[in-house]
Amino acid sequence: MRSKFLYISCLIGLIYTSCTNEPADNYVSYSPTPQPLNIPPLFEENIIAPVLPIDNPQTVEGIALGKKLFFDPILSADNTQACASCHAPQNAFTDSARFSIGIDGIAGNRNSMPLFNMAWNYDELFFWDGRVFSLEHQAIEPVTNPIEMHNTWEVVVSRLQQSNEYPELFQAAFGNQTITKELATKAIAQFERTLISANSKFDRYLLGEATLTPEEQNGLNVFMDETRGDCFHCHGNPNNPLWTDNIFHNNGLDATFTDLGLGEISGDPTDNGKFKSPSLRNLAFTAPYMHDGRFNTLDEVINHYSEGLVDSPTIDPLMKKVDEGGVHLTPQDKSDLKAFLLTLSDPSFINNPDFQN
Amino acid sequence: MKKIIALFSIIFTIVSCSDDDNNTPNNVPQNVNTTFNFTHNWDGTAVSSADFNNIQFTNANGEEMSIEKLRYLISNVTFYKSNGETIVIDGYNLIDVTNDSELTYTPNIDIPTGSYENVSFTFGFNNEDNYNNNYPDLNSALWNVPDMMGGGYHYMQLEGKYINTIDVETGYAYHAIRAVNMSNAPDLLFQDTFFTVNLGPVNITNNISFNIEMNIAEWFKNPNQWDLNVLYNMLMPNFDAQVMIYENGQNVFSLKNISQ
Repeated sequence: MRSKFLYISCLIGLIYTSCTNEPADNYVSYSPTPQPLNIPPLFEENIIAPVLPIDNPQTVEGIALGKKLFFDPILSADNTQACASCHAPQNAFTDSARFSIGIDGIAGNRNSMPLFNMAWNYDELFFWDGRVFSLEHQAIEPVTNPIEMHNTWEVVVSRLQQSNEYPELFQAAFGNQTITKELATKAIAQFERTLISANSKFDRYLLGEATLTPEEQNGLNVFMDETRGDCFHCHGNPNNPLWTDNIFHNNGLDATFTDLGLGEISGDPTDNGKFKSPSLRNLAFTAPYMHDGRFNTLDEVINHYSEGLVDSPTIDPLMKKVDEGGVHLTPQDKSDLKAFLLTLSDPSFINNPDFQN
Repeated sequence: MKKIIALFSIIFTIVSCSDDDNNTPNNVPQNVNTTFNFTHNWDGTAVSSADFNNIQFTNANGEEMSIEKLRYLISNVTFYKSNGETIVIDGYNLIDVTNDSELTYTPNIDIPTGSYENVSFTFGFNNEDNYNNNYPDLNSALWNVPDMMGGGYHYMQLEGKYINTIDVETGYAYHAIRAVNMSNAPDLLFQDTFFTVNLGPVNITNNISFNIEMNIAEWFKNPNQWDLNVLYNMLMPNFDAQVMIYENGQNVFSLKNISQ
């Protein structure tokens, strides 16, 4: 008996030490079709790789499902609003209204964020106040937000499960007809990661395919000059095609805060009034501007930084001459800065047929 | 019983895959890991990101001030042997105190045990590393210096607030780059402002950690008593300010101790 026990133990030991990676059997599991992100050359060359969760690889079927969900009002309680209702392709996936109106006719208090190049948000903090980690988790919230889609995921999952189309689409995307909110948001995140904007005039300039006008060139210099615009410390430079640091700053909008921004999430008063730097790509399509959409035009934005800064305890140290309202750019520099900023807009992005309903 | 012995033999053969090299003679150098830990203080009082965002420091010129951001670049850790041979670790580390990241740098090259006359690192980049190189991780961190200033990368970003002469909290941005005179732009005149930090001799016998301190107060103290009321921002294009930062940086770093 003792010998038999030792014999079995040794056999088990052998099995454990046989370090093979071969599967135990030869069953074939379903795998959707891989669809790696198409990373633009300027991104590949200049910045580190995008964030792609290992538990949610990009697939043809997952992206197609995510796109369908993104444009489908089935997500909202009364079947009237889709993600795209407040994130419209023609507006670089933001809303032209200052505050989006939810299904109950209630307005929010923040401007809808544009959606592009989100796989390169390395800290993976989403929303103006960074309250959600990861794109998959971000997609959960608008469905249940009472002033947005005002629904429950139980209802959404039930509707999707009972539909004629979705169970098959989930089967194709994830090998599973049992629909969950996790799978739904994974699909939406896959689609959102494909929203890549990298074909602005300035991109083509960097690739040697376009020329800047003297005004645009001077505008770039204003942008990169620490004594004038000094935009680059937060919004980047030609070596980084994102045009944002994806970090939270108080850019001198208010002396006191009705919206605490990051401070509301962190509970740290030194974060009050801080909001994420938005990308400067596609500004031609994303008005109004700032987290609360207070500025209707780029001229208003530039005037704010030039002479409209307002002091407060958490204002960013990079905001200069706050006691004078800013650095007081000349009219020519303002005009040229605007001309440069508009070179960062990418009409091919908003017209990309892959991103239309 | 024979089967059992045979099986045990097989198992021992399979699992005896150790990398131990206990037969190495004592006089043959072994390669060991080196680690560089960076801690920070203000004239001896420990400083971490938890101390940021509040006016709680006083500089040599008497200004009360806070720190909101501190990150800096070190590169080219070098080991000097007595025979003149050097081992240069061709790499860099962006220490981000604000986010408590990269406070420990472990180069991916092991170093032979033995006696070294000196170990050093470069604050910032030397010119060869600073130019004509594209570092995606540093670009992603928006660490670049504008092309109109010669391009390359920052050496340090130290930012915060200070109380100015009329008792108003004012932002400062103490950024270190290679000094550049732009008065005849586009013809630029440069002065090197990266510098070598020497950690002194060391006898490396095992995996080793160098614990390095930065006294942040030194940036404002010696030999140039820094007046934030005069030099608080727009320092990147200020050639003289960059040279002063370089001069003050000479006494900023010290080796706290070594553990191995």
